[in-house]
Amino acid sequence: MFHVISIRDFSRDDIERVLERAREMEEVYETGDDRLEGKILCTLFFAPSTRTRLSFESAMLRLGGDVISMVGKEAASTAKGENLADTVRTVQHYCDVIVLRHPKEGAARLAAEYSSVPVINAGDGANQHPTQTLLDLYTIVKEKGRIEGLRVGVLGDLKYARTVHSLVQALAEFGARIYLISPPELRIPEHVRVDIEGKAEVTETEDVTEVLPELDVLYVTRIQREMFPDPEEFEKVKGSYKITRRMIEEYADDDLVILHPLPRVDEIEPDVDELPQARYFDQVRNGVVVRMALLDLILNG
Amino acid sequence: MSKELKVKKIRNGTVIDHIPPGRAMDIIKILNVNMEEDTVLIAVNVDSSKMGKKDIIKIEGKLLERDEVDKVAIVAPEATVNIIKDYEVVKKFKVKPPETVEGVIKCPNPNCITNDEREPVRTRFVLESDDPPVYRCEYCERLVEADRLPDLIR
Repeated sequence: MFHVISIRDFSRDDIERVLERAREMEEVYETGDDRLEGKILCTLFFAPSTRTRLSFESAMLRLGGDVISMVGKEAASTAKGENLADTVRTVQHYCDVIVLRHPKEGAARLAAEYSSVPVINAGDGANQHPTQTLLDLYTIVKEKGRIEGLRVGVLGDLKYARTVHSLVQALAEFGARIYLISPPELRIPEHVRVDIEGKAEVTETEDVTEVLPELDVLYVTRIQREMFPDPEEFEKVKGSYKITRRMIEEYADDDLVILHPLPRVDEIEPDVDELPQARYFDQVRNGVVVRMALLDLILNG
Repeated sequence: MSKELKVKKIRNGTVIDHIPPGRAMDIIKILNVNMEEDTVLIAVNVDSSKMGKKDIIKIEGKLLERDEVDKVAIVAPEATVNIIKDYEVVKKFKVKPPETVEGVIKCPNPNCITNDEREPVRTRFVLESDDPPVYRCEYCERLVEADRLPDLIR
């Protein structure tokens, strides 16, 4: 494994290798390790995402590596004068691996073409965020022991939420049964639906309570203002769905697992957090574990 | 079918036939044609039994390279290419959608990194599925139907 640019580059075997290594990292997460001692990770964030950056930095530090970073205004001012290709050709000499977040789609692919060190895509505009997809899959496997045959509902903005498309494609590949739950305006794009219908059983609905009793996993997404090309469209759909405590208590199975990539806005009511089904904060830890696994695979093989 | 030839024959070279009406100039633009030296005959909006109207291009003394045929296929997916020797058609074939399209077209996604003029990057599209042909930008991963490509030529 060298660059991590798009989940589309991952075969099923590749994904399983990452999940396997992540399981090994559960213990290392607790004890710490020095297997990446002497290695330097550089976070290069041209668009803000504190959580993703901290997650990567935490993963590197837990494996004994060091971290340098260029974020926010620093990266932004570089962006004005210097192109990304030049930035990457400079930064590659400061580190052993680059983690890149960039507002333009395709930026990570371009960076990888110019970089002599591995590039990990931590989000390129509205396109890919492969480590999010991997941590989602890992969380589901960790919680449920498998993906095949699971009934997974994906609720929310299925139109613009970038990671949802990669996630449902991977879930379909692994044999899950998929429930697409969204307001009509935010339905999944036709080409994604056609793609997964070829591999998995797919149900589309607007009413979460209708399918809630059947679900093993409910993955909730938020509506992201920045993903909407038209602000009016955003105003129309914001706040259009919400998971309440009553809904879960009335309709959901006891061993339902509720996930959310976070941060949450208002799509899950805060009093759902205390329910045993709520696992979205555990998911955050899994993010670190999966990124440790990736760094170990990339830098140690 | 009218037997009257609208454009005179060429001796050796290439005839590109069944070009959608009005697209001939787009094809000339993307082929390596030297407009100062090469003999080029262009017919626009000619009657066609198959297409109603069509364009035809005849280039004296030129054989198309592989990548030029690919470019023709982008603008004119129905086109036929005829190789002419001594006024006779010695080879005739229909163009096919190419597996990859590099550098010829721009990505329709304004936020794609390939549309940032500061970056040293050529666009690259890969044929994702046939019937109808759909391409995917290798960078932003946006899908583009092949029939949109002619409008995206740089």
